[in-house]
Amino acid sequence: MSMTAYINARLIDPASGLDTKGTLVTEGEKIKAFGADETAPEGAKVVDCKGRILCPGFIDMRAHRVDAEAALKGGITTVILQPDQTTVIDTDAVVERIRRRSEDSETVNVFPMGTATRGMQGSQIAEIGQMMQSGAVGFTDCRTPVSDSQVMRRLLEYSGHFDALIVQFAEDKSLASGAVAHEGEIATRLGLSGVPAAAEVIQIERDCRLAELTDARIHFALISSREGVDAIRSAKKRGVRATCSVAPHYLHLNDNALEGYRTFAKVRPPLRSEEDRLALIAGLADGTIDTLVSDHDPKSADVKRLPFGQAAEGVVGFETMLPLALAQVHAGKLELMTLLRALTSTPADLLRLPMGRLKEGVQADLVIFDPEKPWRISQDDLVSSAKNMPFDTLPVQGQVWQTVVAGKPLYTAA
Amino acid sequence: MSTHSTGPAPYPRAEVSPPSGELFPHKHLLGIWGLDPTAIKHLLDTADGYAEQNRQAKKSTDKCEGLTQINLFFENSTRTLMSFEIAGKRLGMEVTSMSTGTSSIKKGETLLDTAATLNAMRPDVLVMRHADSGAVKLLSEKMDCAVINAGDGRSEHPTQALLDALTIRRRKGRIHGQTIVISGDVAHSRVARSNIYLLNAMGARVRLVAPSTLLPKDVDRLGVEICHRMEEGLEGADVVMMLRLQQERMQGAFLPSLREYYQFWGLTHEKLKYAKEDVLVMHPGPMNRGVEISSDVADDLDRSAIEEQVEMGVAVRMACLDILTRGLREEDGQ
Repeated sequence: MSMTAYINARLIDPASGLDTKGTLVTEGEKIKAFGADETAPEGAKVVDCKGRILCPGFIDMRAHRVDAEAALKGGITTVILQPDQTTVIDTDAVVERIRRRSEDSETVNVFPMGTATRGMQGSQIAEIGQMMQSGAVGFTDCRTPVSDSQVMRRLLEYSGHFDALIVQFAEDKSLASGAVAHEGEIATRLGLSGVPAAAEVIQIERDCRLAELTDARIHFALISSREGVDAIRSAKKRGVRATCSVAPHYLHLNDNALEGYRTFAKVRPPLRSEEDRLALIAGLADGTIDTLVSDHDPKSADVKRLPFGQAAEGVVGFETMLPLALAQVHAGKLELMTLLRALTSTPADLLRLPMGRLKEGVQADLVIFDPEKPWRISQDDLVSSAKNMPFDTLPVQGQVWQTVVAGKPLYTAA
Repeated sequence: MSTHSTGPAPYPRAEVSPPSGELFPHKHLLGIWGLDPTAIKHLLDTADGYAEQNRQAKKSTDKCEGLTQINLFFENSTRTLMSFEIAGKRLGMEVTSMSTGTSSIKKGETLLDTAATLNAMRPDVLVMRHADSGAVKLLSEKMDCAVINAGDGRSEHPTQALLDALTIRRRKGRIHGQTIVISGDVAHSRVARSNIYLLNAMGARVRLVAPSTLLPKDVDRLGVEICHRMEEGLEGADVVMMLRLQQERMQGAFLPSLREYYQFWGLTHEKLKYAKEDVLVMHPGPMNRGVEISSDVADDLDRSAIEEQVEMGVAVRMACLDILTRGLREEDGQ
């Protein structure tokens, strides 16, 4: 089997805390050896990393489209597909088809999440066990919270049999009804209807109580407010098995981005105040927020270039996830190791996936990136299937140089 | 008085002429937000002239002869639409109006496609009303001609604020220093927002009086005082502007009942006693008599400026049309 030696790398393994200069050797699809003293074996193909960071490929727990090319460009080697597809992922057959397609092709690994309730209707529990057997790694109704407390309780109770992860969208349905922005000064001035942070907290508090009652795991999809972070923090302190994610745009923007009715900044939950933004960064830094996700959601100009209230929600996030998150590292607000853990081993552990760590014998899913390299985000350079993002022309630092999936370099920067 | 906040206006605006020397250096009139006092004053001064002209027997001029004005209303309106039509015609414009029933939006055409189509017809001014906040701005990005916002969602209704300001200025002599109460459904009102920005820019003291269900969050940060009781709110008021309460808000979701609303927030002579003797009563219309305002207050000739507001509406819209087309007529902006 062919071997490749990645030399002159800064090897980082967030799971073990390893951070050292050294070499990593892959053989076929797997990691063979790595370490400071490792050298390129005879006959191995040598890749000079030139001091760049080499770490496990990123696992993106929340994407609405696979968009493989964009994912690879962003250093993402595993995409967790949300069930809100044209054919809603709510049966084992659909899960199996997606898994098989992923296994049969040389591209990013794709694992779907199934719906938590049938057809995301919120009334009947979906076939969690069967979907899990077929390869589903979590269960969520996407942007529809499971509102009925009894259904949610049973869902959590039942999921325990399979150690399945239930992912809840933290938003009280009726408080959020009709809202398109964060309830505050900006929404008031722009004349947009807003949703208060309380909508998020109410959902988190209820579900944490239910998780406590049922001793189940619960994950909150996207946290957007200071109060939300506080609620998770106190639940964790009580011993609730609650975890949560945040996406880079919530760390980088506040609701000022809506100025001029910029629909590219329309996301759900909405971008909130500066105070919320800072609390989210602090939450990620202190581990209250467990994982960083892209929430990659390509939307065509047809559904974005509409009056704000009618425009679709969502941003493309694969290609900008790393540099936007690194901005917080460069600003001294986030440890690099913490960030990488939120992108690799933590999502892997939550989803019970074997990847996300440097370990002999595991599949060689790797990303090699330069954390300092300055560049400018440009809509024209995106390879995503759509260009909806509010970061055009933003100068950033940190760029992926190479992405390796199952031992094969599938993306290398020009 | 239990006012919750007296925060300053968030963005102080200096009253100086812009370096270009142009008094109204804008292509469109999309809102009051972003206009400086010089530009507002220029609009009001120009409108004042038209107000005089409109009281003459010969009201029309050929100032804008040969120019085309399109009124595009995606929301029902009679008075605003008619006011813009009359304003355009009095300036000698070719005026065409289209309202939602006949538009292709109903057939699924997007707003930007509509914009492209209209743009191809080469109008000189487009007046637009739409039910979505920000819709007029979006459309203006695709238009070569001047665009006037005739009301978008809950966002802005700049000509209404201008006509209100003109009415106040004519009746009270000035806007600066006046205590102006805005009462009613501020949360869903574009009229309230435009008025807040304009009155603040011109140095008035703005006070909102409404039940908290009808006030948007953090509205105090727009530089207004907040009051929940009419009796307190009206104290020392020079002007009180009532807002129209939409029927659909009256039934339970925002307010318990119409009867209760009238009792606590309806404007009556009884409550007006708390305001200044010479208080001016205004309403953008159409009024719900016996809901937000009693008939005898609305019809009080000494205090009510409601009809004058309508009259000033035409003058203000003539001024807007005039100023925004000056470039086309190669007329000096001064």
